[in-house]
Amino acid sequence: MTSSTAPALTELLTFRLADQDYALDIMSVREIRGWTRTTSLPHAPSYMCGVINLRGTVLPVMDLAERLDLPVREKSDRNVIIVVKQGETMTGLLVDAVSDIVALSPDDLQPPPEMAPGTTQGVVSALTLIDDRMIRVLDLAATVTVPESAAA
Amino acid sequence: MSTPHDPMAEIRASFFIECEELLEALQDGLQVIEDDEADDETINVVFRAVHSIKGGAGAFSLEGLVRFAHRFETVLDLVRTGQMQVEANALKVFFQCADHLADLVRVCRDDAPLPEVRSEEILELLDALTGGPPIMQEKPGPEIDFSPKALTLDLTLGDETADAAMPFELPEPADLPPFPLADDAGEEERPGNYEITFTPSIELFETGNEPALLFRNLEALGDINVNCDASRLPALAALTPEAPHLSWQISLKTEADEAEIQSIFEFVEGLCTLEIVSTKGPDLDVEPTLSPAAIPTSMDSRFPTLPPEPESPPQITPEPSATPAPSPAASPKPAATKDKAAPNAAKSVVRVDLDRIERLVNLVGELVINQAMLSQSLEQSGLSPHSNAMNGLEEFQRLTRDIQDSVMMIRAQPVKSLFQRMSRIVRESSAAVAKDVRLRTEGETTEVDKTVIERLADPLTHIIRNAVDHGLETTSERLAAGKPAQGQVSLSAAHRSGRVVIEISDDGGGINRPKVLQIAIDKGLIPADATPSSSEIDNLLFLPGFSTATEVSDLSGRGVGMDVVRTAIQALGGRITISSDPGIGTTFSISLPLTLAVLDGMVIEVARETLVLPLNLVIETVTLTQNDVEMVRPGALVVRVRDGFVPIIDLGKELGYRDELEDLEGSVVLLIAHEDGNRAALLIDNIVDQRQVVIKGLDESLYRAPGIAAATILGDGQIALILDPSDIIAQSLNPSTARPAPMTEGMIA
Repeated sequence: MTSSTAPALTELLTFRLADQDYALDIMSVREIRGWTRTTSLPHAPSYMCGVINLRGTVLPVMDLAERLDLPVREKSDRNVIIVVKQGETMTGLLVDAVSDIVALSPDDLQPPPEMAPGTTQGVVSALTLIDDRMIRVLDLAATVTVPESAAA
Repeated sequence: MSTPHDPMAEIRASFFIECEELLEALQDGLQVIEDDEADDETINVVFRAVHSIKGGAGAFSLEGLVRFAHRFETVLDLVRTGQMQVEANALKVFFQCADHLADLVRVCRDDAPLPEVRSEEILELLDALTGGPPIMQEKPGPEIDFSPKALTLDLTLGDETADAAMPFELPEPADLPPFPLADDAGEEERPGNYEITFTPSIELFETGNEPALLFRNLEALGDINVNCDASRLPALAALTPEAPHLSWQISLKTEADEAEIQSIFEFVEGLCTLEIVSTKGPDLDVEPTLSPAAIPTSMDSRFPTLPPEPESPPQITPEPSATPAPSPAASPKPAATKDKAAPNAAKSVVRVDLDRIERLVNLVGELVINQAMLSQSLEQSGLSPHSNAMNGLEEFQRLTRDIQDSVMMIRAQPVKSLFQRMSRIVRESSAAVAKDVRLRTEGETTEVDKTVIERLADPLTHIIRNAVDHGLETTSERLAAGKPAQGQVSLSAAHRSGRVVIEISDDGGGINRPKVLQIAIDKGLIPADATPSSSEIDNLLFLPGFSTATEVSDLSGRGVGMDVVRTAIQALGGRITISSDPGIGTTFSISLPLTLAVLDGMVIEVARETLVLPLNLVIETVTLTQNDVEMVRPGALVVRVRDGFVPIIDLGKELGYRDELEDLEGSVVLLIAHEDGNRAALLIDNIVDQRQVVIKGLDESLYRAPGIAAATILGDGQIALILDPSDIIAQSLNPSTARPAPMTEGMIA
């Protein structure tokens, strides 16, 4: 798939979420796990699924659809948890399914158009087209850090 | 100095670690002297500790520290050489010096400004002991400059001359008179001649040692002639710049004995090959460690001799290392090592980064969980209990338990360092209230988890200050009561049935119960008509805001009292109890878990969620019947426990798992002792199990759940949350106070 090894290419992991396509920089992805039951945290905001046991460490799992204000669907065994590392923190992101790994050059990515500021606006850092489908590239730092007001 | 890869900063850091050990040895030694159990070696240990700190401090140009250590050392040397007797008063000053030295070390470590005034005060006390600010009389050398001298090496190597001459010189301090040369030393009484062969290994240079300084110290012993042997120097092309190729032959004419020469090389022991051979002279009984081949038969005249240096005090080497790394080229040990045998040198110790231990602890925690999961699935698979797999599993379980225990032991440390800090607290606080107090310690070798030790310091300090300030009577009162004038505070530690018990007791007047009761009533802590039992009165001391001191003193009685102590102990998963005999004394007993990584937990179920509660907080469990529950007002229920009413807190509702239960019949409540001495009843569905659980920290950067202290992993691999009942109770009874859970940081050890 990566026919060229030019350093300018960024590799992205693409995944599906509520019938939309999203992508994350693959360098921040640590592993991908199947769905396991989470232990829910009391009084947690709706986007916090709870915590799971990741080989002996306690991993918080975030429902990415909830976080991005997308329609939430029933959880099933087909859901996937993408374990990402942002800074020193590991977080699990619950998504519908992982699709592909693509290598893109910066020219392929375009900034999202200016739109009315909303909660999901800041988390999409770029847009790109692959096979005629629009892929939203997420800014991981903005995704996993939740503003104080939203966390309360 | 702060970048992680700065080698100097690393050496500096290890110097301060060594300082801590040396300070401990110093305290130990002084304690032994105070206990009248000292032998000849003790004062040497004390002296060496101070000396090594001074030496290291000199290398890092910590002048304030050097100055103080030097004066202290000077006085200790008087004691060591028998010119001064240590009586009680002197010992007191020595303790103060040791404390101050510890302060100075810490100040230097943190790059904080030096407390010069305090140094001067203590030095005045020292001077008072010796009658003036003396320097070691027989070795005059005021205001010695300890900064390492630069050695100028002029390497003029021709390609063809592998063993070329190497002129090198030591810069000579200009303001000092030239030293008389070797020849006129013949008048000395018993000159012994020694041939010293000194071959440094690479480690010697890696640890920042400098041969020239050793030679200069040797020179102070007598007449010296140093020859450099560069015969092993390879051709320039083959030269490894880091590797040492030189060795030195030193002929020394001195009246000092071999042990004294040996002591100059004390800091480089193990870092070089050293041979000291007595060639003639009366000291033939000193057993020579002779390797005939190594003795040079002829000195190569091409090597210039070391220029003679002015006399400088011996044994001052700018080298912090007192624990040389074992080197394959270890020096042959002479027989006369009496001067340097440290009492516990036989015990070899490895310094390990705490992070690595943490990692190991975590891995073992994982192993335990994994093993539990494996057993669970094997049991479910319907294997015969006598099958090989099941037998193997049993062995596996046993091994896992052993590994877990051993790993926990690594984190364990003797409480000695903590006790030493406390003995300082006693000294300082007794001086502040002008009481004569002695601290007796017992069980210093008892080992407790490192984190526990660190977090015990504050509560213990508080209790001990209380004991000195309030517990012990004044000297006149003591004498009137027929007790010895000197009060005694005892501090003991022991392992008892899987826990550590630390007891602090004083031989004072005991708790003044009528007074305590009156204060509690005056402050409205208990109703005026209450008739509590003796032990209930004693426990009033733990109430928030209770302070018996009629005058607020410096030491204790600042309104924050024993309640803070109790909270701190509880945060460690411990309990504190108090007992008192009028006229005889008071004892505080603290019982702690051995480790913070494992918790004795009660596994409970609420609304089909499995949760864990620290077992030490549960006083009692009650299965409810209809008659037990009373309603105070809608939404506020209490349970009748014997004669008292305890508010019921529905855990399922508090945690948002479900709505309030309609029918409480058959539910279980757990009575929890709350911080202020009140009780609360947590309503749960049922109790599943009671077991040890491995504590796992929760990442709270995303979301901090109220009432949750940590998490653990159960045998089925699922995560169960560990509750912080105090937080839940506080939130439930007083919803406006959303406060941080006190257990959280400590439990994520």
